[in-house]
Amino acid sequence: MSHSVELQAVGMSFGATRAVGDVNFTVNGGEFFSILGPSGCGKTTILRMIAGFLQPTEGRILIGGKDMQGLGPNQRPTAMIFQSLALFPLMPVWENIAFGLEARGASKAERRKKADELLKLIALEGYGDRMPGELSGGQRQRVAIARALAVEPQVLLLDEPLSALDLKLRQHMRAELRALQKRTGVTFIYITHDQSEALAMSDRIAVMSAGVLQQVGTPRELYDNPATPFVATFVGENNAIAGKVTTIADGIAAVETPLGSLRGRANGGIKAGDKVKLYVRPEALVSGGAGENVLTSTVDRIDFEGAFGLAYGRLQDGSQLIASIPSTDLANAPATGSQASFGFATQHAVVLPDG
Amino acid sequence: MASLYQRFGGGLATIFIALVFLWLAGMVLAPNVMMIDYALRPNLPPAQIGGPNDVYSLDNILYLANEAVHRSIFFKTIWASAFVAFITFVVCYPLAFWLAQRATPGQTAIAILALTIPFWINEVLRTLAWYIILAFRGPLNAVLLNMGIIEAPVRWYGNIGVLAGMVYAYILFMLFPIYNSIESLDKSQIEAARDLGASTWRIHWRVVMPHAKAGIATGCVFTFMLAAGSYVAPALLGAPGSRWFTEVIYNWFFEGGDWNRGAAYALVLLVLCLVVVLATLKIARVSLTDVAK
Repeated sequence: MSHSVELQAVGMSFGATRAVGDVNFTVNGGEFFSILGPSGCGKTTILRMIAGFLQPTEGRILIGGKDMQGLGPNQRPTAMIFQSLALFPLMPVWENIAFGLEARGASKAERRKKADELLKLIALEGYGDRMPGELSGGQRQRVAIARALAVEPQVLLLDEPLSALDLKLRQHMRAELRALQKRTGVTFIYITHDQSEALAMSDRIAVMSAGVLQQVGTPRELYDNPATPFVATFVGENNAIAGKVTTIADGIAAVETPLGSLRGRANGGIKAGDKVKLYVRPEALVSGGAGENVLTSTVDRIDFEGAFGLAYGRLQDGSQLIASIPSTDLANAPATGSQASFGFATQHAVVLPDG
Repeated sequence: MASLYQRFGGGLATIFIALVFLWLAGMVLAPNVMMIDYALRPNLPPAQIGGPNDVYSLDNILYLANEAVHRSIFFKTIWASAFVAFITFVVCYPLAFWLAQRATPGQTAIAILALTIPFWINEVLRTLAWYIILAFRGPLNAVLLNMGIIEAPVRWYGNIGVLAGMVYAYILFMLFPIYNSIESLDKSQIEAARDLGASTWRIHWRVVMPHAKAGIATGCVFTFMLAAGSYVAPALLGAPGSRWFTEVIYNWFFEGGDWNRGAAYALVLLVLCLVVVLATLKIARVSLTDVAK
């Protein structure tokens, strides 16, 4: 089992600017762990602290139970894959892959052998003598991974390495990364701003916003049980309806809204009288109005997305409503321009504190 | 050339092209042709010029080949110029790396200003400053004596003086090409190398220097050419034992009064410099157009 990574009250300040504050989480050994957040949220800072390019100004980072304080990137059992990949353009592919071994004083024969093994692993056998510039984007990607794996790291750190690829290749590389992680058993810490990427690949995800850790959980937990309004809106689409809690019973909150009384699961420690928002996913809305809660909305347009259609409308209070309608039901969908009612089950709605 | 006509129209473009050709013909071609002409003809009294003895021959060049002292000064000038280029590189590379990769924009501005200010002064005067610093009873000896590093004043003039003067005079010609080439290196390349466990030395040898190869070759070629053709530094800071080939050429022209032999010597120096430069560029796989950039 490869090493775990533990962040204890980690913070980082650049002069007067606090980029990251009080971050606590543990990445288990052999886990595919993503750090998700919009650009500027501090996720790259966290990765660079784990790699050793930055020393945290507060807290501790433990890798495999060992405090990494004061150790440089070349002294840690981590390897990083950069956003730009940072392949050495003037070295052939095999020397790129074997560079870490060269730095450790391995003989040329040994390096060549290891490079060939890794080229086989990434399905690029026979490409060793090419230059990185002669490879396609996806191939360069794989070479960067092989170069990082060559030093047999306990933890692989990936800084949005797929962002430069086109959609099709990105989806392909996601699956490949995931498979490679399972095969090697190395702990992956993956940085991304793309929530669908994080949801699809990760065992667990940490969501960051403005330097603060919002929530850590499995993709399903984040999606079904967001702990903060930021997570509710950033991870997946959500409809938000503002209101005030009237009663809470058995974890179900009744919320008084301008659209009537609605009910959802209470989250985030709310109590009666609090200003809250009720979040309901587009796919939880059922057109026709069946369900414990009902919303009435105009239907302004329906965008056909293939597997489903997205209906965009306006609620009575003027806020936008998005409902997802399976393609198989699109024939029965309300006509654009009409009024329609959408129902949802109480279990499918989450109530969180507002603001 | 077509784009020149498109941009400026027929009249103006023709004038520009004519000026360039005039410049090349008058300032580059004519002097070199004259030098070759002089070098291949014997030194004759005015009455015999154009007479039966005024024939082309390689005598002036062969004279250099057979004159042991001049020959050794010639070869010494070549390898000493290469050494000057090497020392200038050793001095400039860390500075260029720091400026290009580590310094903040403010630090870069101040450092470049500080490096450029001395170049507002004429090369002769700059060398004269070293003449004063390195004098037997000059400030350098005084400081070293006071600090107890040396026990008696050192005669710096000679090889050390010439080296110091030249390295100082040509530092920017080495610094800027290297700085430009290192600046274009993606920082993450250095970080990736470090992350993979490479030592500082290996990072430079395997990542930074290969990337900056064109700049390093350019700087070395510039410095070598300038050093080989330098006159001021060896004349002011040299000693009899550190004579430079340019001084020998000077003597043929202005002391010996034999312009033909002087021209022959200059021609040999020019050809050898060209050979060294082209060989360096060939080894470094850099083309002349890269250098011009």
